[in-house]
Amino acid sequence: MTATTSRGVGEVLARCRAEGRAALIGYLPVGYPSVEGSIEAMIALVEGGCDIVEVGVPYSDPLMDGPVIQAAAAAALACGSRVDDVFRATAAVRAHGAPPLVMSYWNLILRRGVDRFAADLAEHGGAGLITPDLIPEEAEDWLAASDTHGLDRCFLIAPSSTAERLAVVTSACRGFVYAASTMGVTGARTSVSGAAYDIVRRAREVTAQPICVGLGVSTREQAAELAGVADGVIVGSALVRVLAGDGELSQRLESLRELVAQLAAGVREGVREGER
Amino acid sequence: MSQHPEAPASPPAQAPAPRPGRFGPFGGRYVPEALVPALEQLDEARLKAAVDPEFAAELARLHRSYTGRPSILTEVPRFAAHCGGARVFLKREDLNHTGSHKINNVLAQALLTQRMGKRRVIAETGAGQHGVATATAAALMGLECTVYMGKVDTERQALNVARMKMLGAQVVAVEHGSATLKDAINEALRDWVTNVDTTHYLIGTVTGPHPFPEMVRDFHKIIGEEARSQILVEAGRLPDAVIACVGGGSNAMGIFHAFVPDAGVRLIGIEAGGEGLESGRHAARFASASPGVLHGAMSYLMQDEDGQTVESHSISAGLDYPSVGPEHSWLRDSGRAEYRYAVDGQVMEAFQLLCRTEGIIPALESAHALAGAMEIGREVGPDALLLVNLSGRGDKDMHTAATYFGLLDGETS
Repeated sequence: MTATTSRGVGEVLARCRAEGRAALIGYLPVGYPSVEGSIEAMIALVEGGCDIVEVGVPYSDPLMDGPVIQAAAAAALACGSRVDDVFRATAAVRAHGAPPLVMSYWNLILRRGVDRFAADLAEHGGAGLITPDLIPEEAEDWLAASDTHGLDRCFLIAPSSTAERLAVVTSACRGFVYAASTMGVTGARTSVSGAAYDIVRRAREVTAQPICVGLGVSTREQAAELAGVADGVIVGSALVRVLAGDGELSQRLESLRELVAQLAAGVREGVREGER
Repeated sequence: MSQHPEAPASPPAQAPAPRPGRFGPFGGRYVPEALVPALEQLDEARLKAAVDPEFAAELARLHRSYTGRPSILTEVPRFAAHCGGARVFLKREDLNHTGSHKINNVLAQALLTQRMGKRRVIAETGAGQHGVATATAAALMGLECTVYMGKVDTERQALNVARMKMLGAQVVAVEHGSATLKDAINEALRDWVTNVDTTHYLIGTVTGPHPFPEMVRDFHKIIGEEARSQILVEAGRLPDAVIACVGGGSNAMGIFHAFVPDAGVRLIGIEAGGEGLESGRHAARFASASPGVLHGAMSYLMQDEDGQTVESHSISAGLDYPSVGPEHSWLRDSGRAEYRYAVDGQVMEAFQLLCRTEGIIPALESAHALAGAMEIGREVGPDALLLVNLSGRGDKDMHTAATYFGLLDGETS
């Protein structure tokens, strides 16, 4: 299996590694606070220093998400955001120089047709998919479509994953492996759990693929801590919360750039494993 | 009520490879990776229990001395006079301890919880019957219990909320989304993924990721096994049709399963037609839906063009769910079972009729099956022998029914 594809995230991760740092991956849902607003916000992520943008597709039943992202998804759907809008977002992010990875619950992709979704994504600058409720055993069609269209596929691993599961899941990934830092749903947490280090260490025993860690990261300090062990740090709810704040959109986007700049500094402060 | 038209569905995208947890193309395990080890542990525990005589003996003891099994079969001739003169028998799951079939599955899963060394159970509930049954089993076995229930449902089923609290369970009212059963399941899944080390998610119907649909069916199949022997004794032959309401579909799978090999017996599921298909406010999945994934399983699903879940509606909270157990989807597509729907008005007519003709107050869910029996009896005629699963009793529905019939204003109907 190839480690990445030409439109995938591999090149960016390799560049970050060459710079001796972890990548910063920022998540925002399409359609929040509006479709236009969300695209502007994703561009702000790139300008602020995100290396990869995780483009979330709002879904009616987001069972892996905590209250912040649930509320944003509900608001996005209420204001009429559609799956089609995702492709405008991916094209815009790509045009601003960062690879967009789409994060979507599986039924939205099934409904469009797995191959059609993959074709549309590739055509609109997409790098691949993060699939929070799809395990490789159920992913036959997606494995084929991602090969056909040259897309990355990031499956998740979790602290509960056994060694056997880690091997199965990581071998199906391309681009990077998404490691959930803790058991639970998305949302900022006050500290990085010890489970985060453990899951990265266990995953490294079975795969040479890059490993990016998400769930619960909200501060520069946490980003720095995780940057010491992971190839990338994923931040979601903390960014959505800034976007959900008071004030004009332009002010919130400014706050978003500031937070991203802090996090971007954090991933450059990581102490690599060998140096700890 | 009407026969469902041909489904507008295209075949599901996933190839129907024969593998565990699949019913034709339906079922599967569409879950966050974090839950896979727990599902594997559960699958192992239930397969081990299935061949363990000690487990069978303990469950049989509970059925006999706690639930009150076997549940009886009651012939209802005065009601049957409104079913085209057919002979109608009710399988009386309403007489079980806690008032519905739900206890069958709950006691078995609570035993498995103990075997897996977990000390906490969580559950979702719509009408409150599964929540009450889970709270009951938790009290009996000394387990901690949290029940998730949509806010709308806590209001229309307030009595059951009080019952769960009396039994020592914590009841969490879920306010987001449609604030009904599907949202309660989302919240229960979020709890489970966070606390999976100590907690078993005691799913109350034949939906969810493998092994739940198969396991819950197996814990309810006793309904059909008993009913099949009973009706052979009472009527001297197999019924022409077995009729049950279908929300998630556990009582229906429970009574259907033993009859699946009996090719001459029609298996008929009755969905909630709500305010009618044209109103958009219904839960008639087979009449309107197409295959999709919700809550871990591929099945018929009410969804919009993008794949977002469409909210269902029913006067009975227990049938108010936009998807359906995957085995029902397979029974339907393979032609072994038929599915129809009854609208709220028909259901309330059947509800009142059973009260007035037989002195039995059914659950609103079960009243859908009764409405089905009235129609099917008229179609088949006086020689028909119908077996109806009376899955629950109607105490919990008194407020809804009294409001519907204007009894709270001192009116009579």
